[in-house]
Amino acid sequence: MEEKIPKEKFEFYIREEKIQDKEFDTKPVGYFQDAMIRFCRNKSSVTAAVIIIFLVLFAIFVPIFCDNRYTKNPTDTTYLQYGKLLPKCKWFAWAGWDGCSDETLSASDYYARLAIGVETGKNPIVKVYSTDQSTYYDVRTDSYVKNGMIYLTLTETEYKAIQDWQNETGVQVIYPAVDAVGLGLEALKNNANIWYECNRKGAPVLDRDGNYVPIYKVTGNDGGYDSLRIPGDDGYYRYAQITGSSGAVSYRVRVFTYTYFQYKYGFEPSFLFGTNAFGQDIITRLARAARFSFLLAVGISAINLLIGAVYGAIEGYYGGKTDLIMERISDILSGVPFIVVTSLFQLHLSQRVGVVHSLLFAFVLTGWIGMASSTRMQFYRFKNQEYILAARTLGAGDRRLMFRHIFPNALGTLITTAVLIIPNVVYSESNLTYLGIVNLDSATMSSIGSMLSAGQPLLSTYPHIILFPAIYISLMMISFNLFGNGLRDAFNPSLRGTEN
Amino acid sequence: MIRYVLRRIVLMFFVLFVILTICFVLVKLLPVVDAQQFGKDMNLILQRREALGYNKPILVQYGIFLKKSVFGGDWGISEALYRGQDVWTIFVSKIPATLLVNLYSMLFSVPLGLILGIYAALKKNKWQDYTISTVVMVFISVPSYVYALLVQYVLCFQLKLFPLQMKSGTDWFSWEMFLSVIPPCLSLGFSSVASLARYTRAELAEVLTSDFMLLAKAKGLTRTQATMRHALRNSMVPVFPIILGNFVGILSGSLIIEKIFGIPGVGQLYVNSITALDYNFFMLLSAFYTLVGLVSGIVVDISYGLIDPRIRMGER
Repeated sequence: MEEKIPKEKFEFYIREEKIQDKEFDTKPVGYFQDAMIRFCRNKSSVTAAVIIIFLVLFAIFVPIFCDNRYTKNPTDTTYLQYGKLLPKCKWFAWAGWDGCSDETLSASDYYARLAIGVETGKNPIVKVYSTDQSTYYDVRTDSYVKNGMIYLTLTETEYKAIQDWQNETGVQVIYPAVDAVGLGLEALKNNANIWYECNRKGAPVLDRDGNYVPIYKVTGNDGGYDSLRIPGDDGYYRYAQITGSSGAVSYRVRVFTYTYFQYKYGFEPSFLFGTNAFGQDIITRLARAARFSFLLAVGISAINLLIGAVYGAIEGYYGGKTDLIMERISDILSGVPFIVVTSLFQLHLSQRVGVVHSLLFAFVLTGWIGMASSTRMQFYRFKNQEYILAARTLGAGDRRLMFRHIFPNALGTLITTAVLIIPNVVYSESNLTYLGIVNLDSATMSSIGSMLSAGQPLLSTYPHIILFPAIYISLMMISFNLFGNGLRDAFNPSLRGTEN
Repeated sequence: MIRYVLRRIVLMFFVLFVILTICFVLVKLLPVVDAQQFGKDMNLILQRREALGYNKPILVQYGIFLKKSVFGGDWGISEALYRGQDVWTIFVSKIPATLLVNLYSMLFSVPLGLILGIYAALKKNKWQDYTISTVVMVFISVPSYVYALLVQYVLCFQLKLFPLQMKSGTDWFSWEMFLSVIPPCLSLGFSSVASLARYTRAELAEVLTSDFMLLAKAKGLTRTQATMRHALRNSMVPVFPIILGNFVGILSGSLIIEKIFGIPGVGQLYVNSITALDYNFFMLLSAFYTLVGLVSGIVVDISYGLIDPRIRMGER
């Protein structure tokens, strides 16, 4: 049955308004913007990113701001006197970060330590916890003062310079010479800390009131010492022993290491992370090592990105025989163990082009393979899609197709891989320097690995030497891995838009 | 399958050959440091160099190297580290220590890693999972020497539970040896526990959400039954080859852990041979390391096919 609807019954649904799609009230979200949004949702990655920024800032700025005459001048012979100093920070002294350590001393050691305090006014014994007065003393000692005095042999100008500095600042550096004849043993004569009567083992012999008996030198020439004198000196203690003929006179003096440091470098010794066994400042060395590691890692990751992307693009785009041959080459290269490559390069190249360059070559030689294979995979995925065909029909050349149309698809994965290369390089570099296969150490340079391996023998007595480098590298590895994972999730297209 | 295996093995030997050649050429190109290690008498040095064939053309030397060392098994005598002793004998005597430490560490780390991973996957997105994942993340990231130093400081020095260094001697199965091997085993194990746990968790969590698990539940299996019979076995397919590969890889040992705990093993020998410029050791150990790496790679790839018949290796 057919029923006709009359024409009048038809009418326009909406007559007044124009029919059109609703305008988007949201802004378009680009690829990177989208990744950024998703990255920022991931709290752990953002925290990791903040920590990384902090670590990088540490590596950049610490060598700039903490460098001083001490850290730049590490060939001085007195450096060993400042070795193994404990971390000291004046704001956190209440938390035990005060450069002191707990020790148990015998009575004679205790009195020998105390003598430094009596003579100089800076007491190495900060606190006595408990004692039975005769056999043991549980004390807290200041590592910056406990080395006490050393003997230095100075020229006339140096001797005068120290005297002038003493007059200017009122700080005593040179202490009176000791009349060592009565001491007998050679070891005691060379011990600059002995200024009192002692027995053959160096233990102080006190007088009846429990005071030290000084054996300062009172006769002989000291080259006209004309400066500060210690309290209790009426002007007849001698401050130097003179040796040598009139042409080249040298002055053997007892100097207090703490104030000598002030004279020499212009500030009181205080090291935030302490010093290592050779008296080198740990914080600046750590920062320099970290700066080098970062630079190396970023450089290698950039080079690998470049080589891997081009190599993988050629492999994936042309396919067939080209792909086969290039795959075999990278197969062979990836079979070479990294440790063998590095050691060969170290044995061979480091004498010609330097340690850093040969390290760089070793990392680059096999490092790009992973990058190349992930680029290749992306190319295989995209090269046969319709939009490529369309571009080709429009006359796009090979290079344009490769880098303009296909390559951007692989960018997300490549960025993630490039970021994850950084912790790997840092880790491998610290491994190699730890083992001593690669040696980057010099007076002003170091590497985290060699700082750790140098501190290992002292682990039981001075754990601070390895504590800070270990914390630094652990933080760096953890935060880079978290950051990399966050990036991977952010760039993963299958997760795209799931949060919205 | 057999064709694939054969092809892989042939490729492996080819790679080994290429690497040996590269090593040989590079070592020969090195400045003649080794001549000084023979002694101070210049005449003796020259005679020694003549006798060892250093004056022949490099291609002839290469032929001799291939014939004598690679095929004949005679890798020469040590010039610096163990002067005058046979390189191969020394090398073989170093293997047991490495093997012992790594074997013990795998014995505890594999089960622990699997258990942690499975537990985390079963408790996915609960606090147990988050705790395990965080710990695993930390243990994967922190370099092994940092735990090694930590273990040494806390367990060996502060608590005095174990000796600081591994016991010397060859009584591999005595109680003292066992005690002294625990700290290096722990330090080696942490990272492998963590990586295994992470991998197992990821695999199992994926399998647990797959369709056949729904089917298993639908046909009336309890959660435990379904997990044990279906999920676990399927999730082990990618995990197991990795464990196998690790088992082959333990031969090479860990250079750093061996250094820290004074283990007289292969890794330490390698590092020492580099620092002492003992080229014969270096050649042998480089060949050994390459071989171990290649073999463990092949074992991983082949075992995929053996464990899961659905995976056909080498197919296009």
